[in-house]
Amino acid sequence: MTNPLISVKDLTLRFKTDEGLVTAVNDVSFDIAPGEVLGLVGESGSGKSVTAKSLMMLNAENSVYEEGSQITLRLDDEEIDVLSLRRPREQMVIRGGAISMIFQEPMASFAPAITIGDQMVEQLLIHSDMTAAQAREVSIEMLTRVGIPEPAQRFGQYAFEFSGGMRQRAMIAMALSTKPRLLIADEPTTALDVTIQAQVIELMKDLVREFHMSILFITHDLGVIAQTADRVAVMYLGNLVETGTVRQVINSPAHPYTRGLLNSLPKLDDLDAPLTPVPGDIPSPLDRPSGCVFHTRCVESDAIAEKCRNEIPLTSIDGANHRVACHLAAQGDQP
Amino acid sequence: MSKEVLIAARDLSVHFPLRGLGFGKRPVVRACEGINIEIEKGSFFGLVGESGSGKTTLGRAMLKAAPISHGEVIFSDDEVTYDLSSLQGPELKDYRKRAQLIFQDPYAALSPRMTVRDIIAEPLEVMGITSNRDETDARVREIAAKCRLNLEHLRRFPHAFSGGQRQRISIARALVSGPKFIVADESVAALDVSIQADVLNLLNSIQQESGITFLFISHDLSVIAHTCDFVAVMYLGQIVEAAPTRKLFSETAHPYTRALLSAIPSLDPDDQHVAQKLEGEIPSPINPPPGCRFNTRCPHAQERCRKEVPEWREVSGGHNVACHFYQELA
Repeated sequence: MTNPLISVKDLTLRFKTDEGLVTAVNDVSFDIAPGEVLGLVGESGSGKSVTAKSLMMLNAENSVYEEGSQITLRLDDEEIDVLSLRRPREQMVIRGGAISMIFQEPMASFAPAITIGDQMVEQLLIHSDMTAAQAREVSIEMLTRVGIPEPAQRFGQYAFEFSGGMRQRAMIAMALSTKPRLLIADEPTTALDVTIQAQVIELMKDLVREFHMSILFITHDLGVIAQTADRVAVMYLGNLVETGTVRQVINSPAHPYTRGLLNSLPKLDDLDAPLTPVPGDIPSPLDRPSGCVFHTRCVESDAIAEKCRNEIPLTSIDGANHRVACHLAAQGDQP
Repeated sequence: MSKEVLIAARDLSVHFPLRGLGFGKRPVVRACEGINIEIEKGSFFGLVGESGSGKTTLGRAMLKAAPISHGEVIFSDDEVTYDLSSLQGPELKDYRKRAQLIFQDPYAALSPRMTVRDIIAEPLEVMGITSNRDETDARVREIAAKCRLNLEHLRRFPHAFSGGQRQRISIARALVSGPKFIVADESVAALDVSIQADVLNLLNSIQQESGITFLFISHDLSVIAHTCDFVAVMYLGQIVEAAPTRKLFSETAHPYTRALLSAIPSLDPDDQHVAQKLEGEIPSPINPPPGCRFNTRCPHAQERCRKEVPEWREVSGGHNVACHFYQELA
């Protein structure tokens, strides 16, 4: 196996707030291999975006990375310890250099008073040795590549002149023009209509093949994950509760939370199947449950409830790369 | 099943005039054009379409919250019959009791300065349904219990609640005046899947218990498929296909509906079907294309589609479609 492109190890991240330290990410570890698409799933408030932002050190000033947290980025000839990059100059390699990010709300991510073209050229001038004319050419070529009609004309327009789907495609063009090794896509299709979403997903799949980059795909839509990701990581209240290949996690989910998410989805091939919600609400991160963080909402843990309340489940290995943090699975429910 | 119709739109159009340039005709946004639908009493009627298709405007027109430019909307329950296009004064006030709206965003729909009790009680006081405070409180408690809110919740302010709980508060407020008809506009779109299932189950149980008729607006076909008895598909201000839910999925007739269905990402990682691609984006409702409005994106469009507006034709019982070539495409 080749070395992973990026390794996150024991990442714990807290925010200093008026109410005290809030744990947003707790002891999270995962790898992404070159050319791999990792889907990160979870409800709002589960810490998906915060985890992704730490890869680019984009979290707010009040964030505290706990001692021992480690993020290693492996480029061709060097290893970069991401969390040790303090000055903006050093961070250029992770911000727009080797890593790019596309955001959920494409309208909010473009500057409204600068043309799309100028924004694309600006980052190319910073991250490469291109001249302005070359950068312009590359940008227009990228706009063509993502299927924007009349790219030369669109290049001089502002974000408000683009429709939602086109803005998201321009965002992708911009993120990819620096040829990043890792693309972080934070809910890139959530604000789009299904027909446009299908276009964007298709485009992203093509681009992975063409540029051989890795993607960290954040979404709450398991259908989108099933169609795009190679591996899936499920997050709940800052913890990773299950990771595995997309087939392992979706076809034979090992964690009660993953099962709960799947059971609450309406399924088109079985219209009579009842929708079973995960009971209750996600607890406040200020008041994290003891033991297994999911025990307050778990419907399967009756028999060993005592254990779930008191002991933190260790990640057990079930098969090759299928990992799950649950006492039930550890007890030998699985072969 | 009774065939009683609670609310029906006949040739309904909603136009919003834009500010003109001073001369000539003012441009008009044709948000809805020539809509014909009938919603049966006690049914869960789904309305699906992309953003900009006019589904919200249609929902609002059926509540007389959007101007009806042409055509009529007839509401008739056991007690009254109203023609919404000419409804005003005390009758309009009475209609407000009978028809209610649940909004999309439960964070924006609730006043942050009112307690949950006051939010739910407000319609009762404004509409003069209850005569004194005790009566109001009793009614609020009864409705709150139906929506699984307890007495402790009623004293708090909306900021203390999660998205799912807030949506339950919005539902309670819509129910409190005892309506016959509720428009739920993207009521689960802002919620996480686990909570979305909870709210959908709640709406379903309310409909079964009290026989309220729902118009459920959503862009998510899988949610519609699960909750609704009957579905209408909207595109650029017109209804292109309407059918009982199962028929719509098994005997899809309109190319747009087919594209929508194939664009839903499958949960099966081994499902290799490629979404049928629709070229381009939804055109502007200020200047809709002539003929069939879908012709600019339809993979099967022919000369006739660009000239002639397709008729509203019956495929089989209760299943209608507006497409020239649906038989050839089947």
